[in-house]
Amino acid sequence: MKGSLIIVGFFVLGTICGVCHLLPFDITETNISYYALCALMFSVGLSVGNDPQTLKNFRSLNPRLVFLPIMTILGTLAGSAAVSLILTHRSITDCLAVGSGFGYYSLSSIFITEYKGAELGTIALLANISREILTLLAAPLLVRWFGNLAPISAGGATTMDTTLPIITRTAGQQFVVVSIFHGFVVDFSVPFLVTLFCSI
Amino acid sequence: MFTIIGLMLTGMLLGYLLRKRDLKKIHQIITLLIWLLLFILGIEVGSNEQIIKGLHTIGLEAVILTLGGTLGSVIAAWALWRALYNKKGGRG
Repeated sequence: MKGSLIIVGFFVLGTICGVCHLLPFDITETNISYYALCALMFSVGLSVGNDPQTLKNFRSLNPRLVFLPIMTILGTLAGSAAVSLILTHRSITDCLAVGSGFGYYSLSSIFITEYKGAELGTIALLANISREILTLLAAPLLVRWFGNLAPISAGGATTMDTTLPIITRTAGQQFVVVSIFHGFVVDFSVPFLVTLFCSI
Repeated sequence: MFTIIGLMLTGMLLGYLLRKRDLKKIHQIITLLIWLLLFILGIEVGSNEQIIKGLHTIGLEAVILTLGGTLGSVIAAWALWRALYNKKGGRG
């Protein structure tokens, strides 16, 4: 939670700098964000490849629960596509791109800003932060209404870190491995799906 | 734009080859880059008057998208839950 607050803090700080024109040069005219994004994705790849232990733990996973990340992805995309009928001025691919953040607000907002501009990037940031907050707050209700797998699906890409404690508390300790596996797979799908929906 | 995904896959391969080495610093670098990029996103938003003026509609759109996406995913999770554990239709 503290980490999330600092990230949002940097966004707010940047917004204030932008409104008050505090920076001596126009950072949006430079390519800094593109190169930083390249460096970020390279580093993310390094950290995933460098940690084979996580992959080994997945051997103890109930094989039937392998489908859970697929359900999360398909369900979220279906829901986002339905929302595009309400938000008539947004195209269906814009809505799908925002939905494909699955709560991974830092990466999805950065990607969408790079491809589609700051407005949709801000929507992605807000929508995916609220998904994480919604999961943290509503997990007990989700378990009661939609079964023990529901908070895991709602948590999307965050179920291997920020929402893991609330999931184990509400759904049960036996869902730790599937929760981490789910977070890992959904996390990994974010750059691919966001790039896909931004390019079609 | 596929350069970025290519870079991630290269990083994964390299990370795997270097798995004997401890790359602890990498998580700090990731955090710093995320801070930098969100700071830049903030500046872009702040210096764009249209976005600042429409912030309340943008916020509303974001909330609607969150609710739609999350609702879709929990319904899918409920279907899987029913199929795997709860075939008789009782409450789990």
